Amino acid sequence: MKVRALLAASIAAVCLTIGVPAQQPSSALPYTVVSKDARRPLPVRVVGGQEMFALDDLARMFGLTVRDDTAAGAITVTSGAQTIVLSPQQPLASISGRMISLPAAPVREGRSWFVPVDFVSRALAPIAASRIELRKPSRLVLSGDIRMPRVAARVEPLGSLTRVTLDVAPSTPHTVSQDGQRIIVRFDADALDAADLRTATTTDTFQSIRAGDAPQIVTIDVGPRFASFRAADQAAAAGGTRIVIDLVSMTETPTPPGTPATPPAQPANPETPPLLDLPPAGGLRAIVIDAGHGGDDVGAKGAQGTLEKNVTLSVARRLKAALEARLGVRVLLTRDGDQAVASDQRAALANNNKADLFISLHANASVRPVVSGAEVFYLALDGYGEQGQRAAQASPETLPVVGGGSREIEITPWETAQARHLEQSAAFARSVEAALREHVTMSPRSIQQAPFRVLVGANMPAVLVEMGFLTNGAQEQQLVSDQYQNAVAQALVDAIVRFRAVAGTR
Amino acid sequence: MNRRQAAIAAIVIFGIVAAWILFIGLPRWYSARRERVVAEAAAPAGGAQPAVRKITATLFYVSDDGMALVPVQREVAFGATTPEQARAIVEAQLTAAVPQVSAIPAGVTLRGVFITERGDAFVDLSGDITAKHPGGSLDEIFTVYTLVNALTVNLPAIQRVQILVDGKEVDTLAGHVDLRHPLAKSLEWVIHDTH
Repeated sequence: MKVRALLAASIAAVCLTIGVPAQQPSSALPYTVVSKDARRPLPVRVVGGQEMFALDDLARMFGLTVRDDTAAGAITVTSGAQTIVLSPQQPLASISGRMISLPAAPVREGRSWFVPVDFVSRALAPIAASRIELRKPSRLVLSGDIRMPRVAARVEPLGSLTRVTLDVAPSTPHTVSQDGQRIIVRFDADALDAADLRTATTTDTFQSIRAGDAPQIVTIDVGPRFASFRAADQAAAAGGTRIVIDLVSMTETPTPPGTPATPPAQPANPETPPLLDLPPAGGLRAIVIDAGHGGDDVGAKGAQGTLEKNVTLSVARRLKAALEARLGVRVLLTRDGDQAVASDQRAALANNNKADLFISLHANASVRPVVSGAEVFYLALDGYGEQGQRAAQASPETLPVVGGGSREIEITPWETAQARHLEQSAAFARSVEAALREHVTMSPRSIQQAPFRVLVGANMPAVLVEMGFLTNGAQEQQLVSDQYQNAVAQALVDAIVRFRAVAGTR
Repeated sequence: MNRRQAAIAAIVIFGIVAAWILFIGLPRWYSARRERVVAEAAAPAGGAQPAVRKITATLFYVSDDGMALVPVQREVAFGATTPEQARAIVEAQLTAAVPQVSAIPAGVTLRGVFITERGDAFVDLSGDITAKHPGGSLDEIFTVYTLVNALTVNLPAIQRVQILVDGKEVDTLAGHVDLRHPLAKSLEWVIHDTH
């Protein structure tokens, strides 16, 4: 007995000595919350090796209500009409019934609760009324409609010239100009996120690169032998831009005056990896909205004469406006008038513009007038047999290249492009279903798979939304109303915001 | 010794007789009986007209709540070959059957049925199938799978079904379901418990 008691005591002692320092919170460099009109520090505590924000700080900055329901063992965070439920013991949060994972469970210290930094991107951003974006590398939280592209730089001496490469994400309009001994890169933005700007290189044409005097400027100080510069832009990964600026030395190129002193800046090797570690969350650049039917193809008809083609176009226009205003994303419509559009053309618009999402809008019909409610579809592959299965599992093919060696290329059959995106389409369909359910009544078959013609050729996550049944009298009246059309558009915006957040934290 | 040989012979003879009954006699008797039963079922009640043979087939109609297809057992004309039987089943499916509600618009006629060696059936329907279709994803799914399931459920020789309109391959009936390939049976759209 004595031995056992001794053992227990020593185990307890070991646990205490290990456990206490781990639980002891310590401070870390604060984050900065940047909004249109202010920059405010957001303190960070390190608890158990995890960087954490105080829920009270987040509540103050983002207008949240935090309720500590000790009896139920839950912490409720409310933003507008949306609620996040946290449980003190678990690294999980429930956002309007959907579970997301967190890197650690919330921690209580005194009267305050602390949540991992990722809570902001995974839980808060998806439900917030305005944009909230967490940028861990630069320790920033962007709040509201602020344009703050990330900028990173690399400097390489290349013989007679020095090449400065700037990666900018997302793509931002800019000008490059010379001002005495400085090259000024001015961006059309509110501020720059330029934490990755430092470089140790100096050459005879390049001295330093730094954030400029104004918040939207990057300044390059040129060296004593600098003669001229050439700048060129090229598209970079994940919707960014790469600006290549070549600084040319004066002695190496004794060219007659009047002719350009340098050859144009060569586009950088496309194989060069991006300087910025771009999250896929920033990858939503273009969305294609497909207004179903059109022209002679009127689609389903209501008893009071409502035509499906008119309802789909009206909602598509509303959705486009809402997405552009709220997400600043490029939105393309497969038709913006009453014309017939072939199915292949609809998918082709999305594929050719490298859209990130494809949403086809429709209104339903049934031989039974009682049927009502909205439905979400994604593609079922079983109609496409072996061809579809092969496309889903396709791996890059290796082709020999002239001069030896080989090169991997990926062949995507147009016919079954969607096969590769089924999993993402299913996830997006679930997002859409959940968001629609908050705004409109769903049919008992709220989420389904079918071999739909318009979806199969889309080379990106794609869903088809049946907004309601025109063959149901009450629903026909709803479908033509501003209120219902806005509710559907709002639900789809919410779904895209959430899908983007989840896809980005994966 | 003599008694023992006689006993062995008796056992062998008994074995042969038993085997004949089990493997030849009984199956013959049963099949004869089944044919008689089918013939009786197919015979019209009046008895004066020539016998029209019928089979029982599973056809599909839209459920009361409009959310599924319901399998319904109905008598369908007997076809001696698979294409003939397929034709009879589709024609029965195209015929109005009050109080059932069909997902196929009234007035659609069958132009022909072709079956390939791979078990793909091509069902050629009149243009009314598109012209009179009310549209909507759910109804179009029900229209397509009424025909696909009616053939694949009743005829094991048919694996997949492709719908043609006026003799031509079509993209869709009303803008949704991809009809460029033959479709396999899908019971996802069918209510199971009434089966």
